[in-house]
Amino acid sequence: MIPAGFDYHRPADIASAIAIIQQHGDEARVIAGGHSLIPMMKLRMADLSHIVDLQAIDGLKGITVSGGTADIGAMVTQNDLITNDDLAAALPILREAALQIADPQVRYVGTVGGNVANGDPGNDMPGLMQCLGATYTLAGPDGSREVAAREFYEAAYFTARDDEEILTRISIPVPAAGTGYAYEKQKRKIGDYATAAAAVLIRVENGTCTEASVAMTNLADTPVWSQEAAAALVGSNLDDNARQAAVRAAVDATEPVADNRGPVAFKKHVAAVILRRAIDRAADRAS
Amino acid sequence: MKDEVQTPEERTANLKGMGSARKRVEDVRFTQGKGNYVDDIKLDGMLFGDFVRSPYAHARVVSVNKEAALALPGVIAVLTAEDLAPLGLHWMPTLAGDKQMVLADGKVLFQGQEVAFVVAEDRYIAADAVELVEVEYDELPVVVDPFKALEPDAPVLREDIAGNMEGAHGPRKHNNHIFTWEQGDKEGTEAVLSEADVVAEEMVYYHRTHPCPLETCGSVASMDKVTGKLTLWGTFQAPHAVRTVASLISGIAEHNIRVISPDIGGGFGNKVGVYPGYVCSIVASIVTGKPVKWVEDRMENLMSTAFARDYWMQGKIAATKEGKITGLWCHTTADHGGFDACADPTKFPAGFMNICTGSYDIPVAYLAVDGVYTNKAPGGVAYRCSFRVTEAAYFIERMIEVLAIKLNMDAAELRRINFISKEQFPYQSALGWEYDSGDYHTAWDKAMKAVDYDGLRAEQAQRLEDFKAGKTRKLMGIGLTHFTEIVGAGPVKNCDILGLGMFDSCEIRIHPTGSAIARLGTISQGQGHATTFAQIIASEIGLPADDITLEEGDTDTAPYGLGTYGSRSTPVAGAATAMAARKIRAKAQMIAAYLLEVHDDDVEFDIDRFVVKGAPERFKSMKEIAFAAYNQAIPGLEPGLEAVSYYDPPNMTYPFGAYICVLDIDVDTGVSDIRSFYALDDCGTRINPMIIEGQVHGGLTEALAIAMGQEIAYDEIGNVKTGTLMDFFIPTAWETPNYQTDWTTTPSPHHPIGAKGVGESPNVGGVPCFSNAVHDAFRPFGLTQSHMPHDHWRVWKTAHDLGLHE
Repeated sequence: MIPAGFDYHRPADIASAIAIIQQHGDEARVIAGGHSLIPMMKLRMADLSHIVDLQAIDGLKGITVSGGTADIGAMVTQNDLITNDDLAAALPILREAALQIADPQVRYVGTVGGNVANGDPGNDMPGLMQCLGATYTLAGPDGSREVAAREFYEAAYFTARDDEEILTRISIPVPAAGTGYAYEKQKRKIGDYATAAAAVLIRVENGTCTEASVAMTNLADTPVWSQEAAAALVGSNLDDNARQAAVRAAVDATEPVADNRGPVAFKKHVAAVILRRAIDRAADRAS
Repeated sequence: MKDEVQTPEERTANLKGMGSARKRVEDVRFTQGKGNYVDDIKLDGMLFGDFVRSPYAHARVVSVNKEAALALPGVIAVLTAEDLAPLGLHWMPTLAGDKQMVLADGKVLFQGQEVAFVVAEDRYIAADAVELVEVEYDELPVVVDPFKALEPDAPVLREDIAGNMEGAHGPRKHNNHIFTWEQGDKEGTEAVLSEADVVAEEMVYYHRTHPCPLETCGSVASMDKVTGKLTLWGTFQAPHAVRTVASLISGIAEHNIRVISPDIGGGFGNKVGVYPGYVCSIVASIVTGKPVKWVEDRMENLMSTAFARDYWMQGKIAATKEGKITGLWCHTTADHGGFDACADPTKFPAGFMNICTGSYDIPVAYLAVDGVYTNKAPGGVAYRCSFRVTEAAYFIERMIEVLAIKLNMDAAELRRINFISKEQFPYQSALGWEYDSGDYHTAWDKAMKAVDYDGLRAEQAQRLEDFKAGKTRKLMGIGLTHFTEIVGAGPVKNCDILGLGMFDSCEIRIHPTGSAIARLGTISQGQGHATTFAQIIASEIGLPADDITLEEGDTDTAPYGLGTYGSRSTPVAGAATAMAARKIRAKAQMIAAYLLEVHDDDVEFDIDRFVVKGAPERFKSMKEIAFAAYNQAIPGLEPGLEAVSYYDPPNMTYPFGAYICVLDIDVDTGVSDIRSFYALDDCGTRINPMIIEGQVHGGLTEALAIAMGQEIAYDEIGNVKTGTLMDFFIPTAWETPNYQTDWTTTPSPHHPIGAKGVGESPNVGGVPCFSNAVHDAFRPFGLTQSHMPHDHWRVWKTAHDLGLHE
């Protein structure tokens, strides 16, 4: 648990950070909260000569909610998400999910940018961002571009981000008032990744579901955002058949692997239970 | 004088003696980050060691190439078995009569085994050099299943003793077999089983887990070439035994070795044994002439230093139709890993597993234990329990439940009608122990009443009805346990470790001003010895506990003792403390009589003074007596006020308790919610109720971990699957339920103050209680036995296999 030697960089702006990455190529990685990267370095599974710490870059901080959009800097911590009242009013699901990530000590340091950018299928935020239809801003040597969260994840630890790009901001459309939401997670203990987790948004107008979004976490090598599940709910009156159909559709799209949390059959079963609870809770909250 | 206006109650309270909830004096430094642990020790010119470890569970070591590592600037040495062999230190004796490789000698027997020891100028260079040591392995077939290890064509693991069929504990039946240990009456038990009204039979597996103390194991060795003296700081639960063993295996005279256990961040049995890191740090210091530090990391701790349990216990229990138990049979297959490095008294290769008749009056019993080598880490230590007592308690408390199912009886009532009754003590158990004292019925009835047992069963019945009617998906389980421990090893006539009798010691020196220092042969790892042993002295000799310093862990100053594990500190060193204090009190009585100008027999002890019998206004306080001991020429008495006691206990002590757990199980997710936990402990005389409560909370939380999620799991090729705290369960405040503690007091008749030890009771009783609660929830659906840990997926699987998901 002793990392190999490395040089530490602490640039003051995004352009400098990108320049350092360009200079050192594969041997450099940016570090945000470090909860994924530092253990990998201590295990000597990540072999890096240059660490580019982003915490001095003001342009990666801050939360604003205006004009129907929440804009979140990549270096915003989980604790910032929990304690920001504007965000809690606009997107209460973020607080609900962040409170289920690890413990307060981790949440003081862990960042939303690191959580979404790393491409770790165990992280909670990628599935949640897909559920919310978020967009990521990536800054590179040739300027910035935007990628939808739903297009970002390619495989475990592989994303649409180029090696020379830094994920700088996350933009989330604020759901219509009264949209029901739920983030449901089963884990073995505090600090564990999900055995199964589900993020659900449901909008109901005049007794009929008019919008829905369903995503699941740690049940495949990328988040599972299921259009079929949403489709099963939209247009229904959220009766038991519709909910069952949505659960079936989403769970059919999962591809969990056996690990110490349990075998595949168990994970699929729990995924269905957790998703159903999330749908039920989101539907209850919809008004 | 102020004394004269104080009531006896006030004088007693001033002492903060036995029975006082005195705050822990240790916590002032621990809560401020001012503890001094092994890794805090920094010496001039200190070097750092790190291990090259085997990635394979079973392989031949073809070659070790050190060149690249030695070429790295800052690397001082790379040691292999070849380097240690000329010193005879490439192998070392284990506490169990076996021997263990210090560094791989031709082959490796478990993943994580020590292959080479790198010594460098700093910790980071050492870690970099480990990467540069090139080891060529030739993989061998792996055996992780102890039953397969005993098959005729199983690969031979221990080639060093292949064909030698006489082991440390008698004949070996197979090259992978270590010992057979038999206790009790085999024929008599089999006869009872064959004729019994009812026989319940079950395989009870207590999985492999790990003590995982907060502080990992480590040492700092410093060989002074001028004086020839070796100083060794380390995470040692038995510093004197380490000194003796170090002398015997290194050839350094024992007076030239000073072993120091500084603050220790939890032991739980993990720090009883001797590890290759200790030996390598000593050798490296001798070779380099500089201090050498070795501290393992968390993964190394989990994968290589001593594990606990891994007992497969096949049981049969016989009873009459009415539920009176008539006999108990147990055969245990004990997985010891690659070397037999259990920490048990020499004559007990399976520890005190023969306490497995538990709290019950069982007329005849038989126990056999077969120890087996596998390609897993060595160990088998007593994780917060006396030697193998948790295994025994889990076995009998599961077998009682299995029998209750077979008899269709309430398990509380089954226990009650089979308890050893108060009048039967001292009680001779069928497997050879003499239980010193107990009052099980009183404790049980108090527990039943405290939780409203009948009310709980009624609620459970209603819940079951609701479940069957589809109104809920949660089942309710009520877990019961009545455990009897055997602690305080132990009488020298039958308890020794490597030939060292398991007595313990205390030396007390009273200073002229009436304060004192006491030194013991034990070593606290969080138990609060500095607090509680001072309380014993305070009550025995009448000086305030706050005026008594307590020291342990330095073999140059402390009297010889066998250390702290197996709840032995209070039963053995606590007794030595009381006995030493009584020697001081006896001398104080003579001094007081001289000062008061009366005969020795005409004064008597009264809280904090000696008074003239019949004239309590004539007295000398202990402070006055202490001063007189140093400034008066008293005819017939030597000056000074000191005493030492080496206490050889006449018997073990037998703490017991009644625990009840209530939980709810979500059958669809396998998640258990512990609703309540009631723990009644009877540890005899209670020295400090606050420390007892803390010990019970801690032990129950470790029990929760073990029962509900904590394990060292291997895959079929011997890879450790649970090598980090991501997968190895350590409960946080979030997972830990509230506990309700309670007590009865049945003093030990043979202990000077009647105390029995408590630190390990909650782990011994807690594990079966949590496990029984899970089993109880599924009892109506036909579950008789399932294996721990009861984590989400195993509980889910139980529900699934019982058809509860259909």
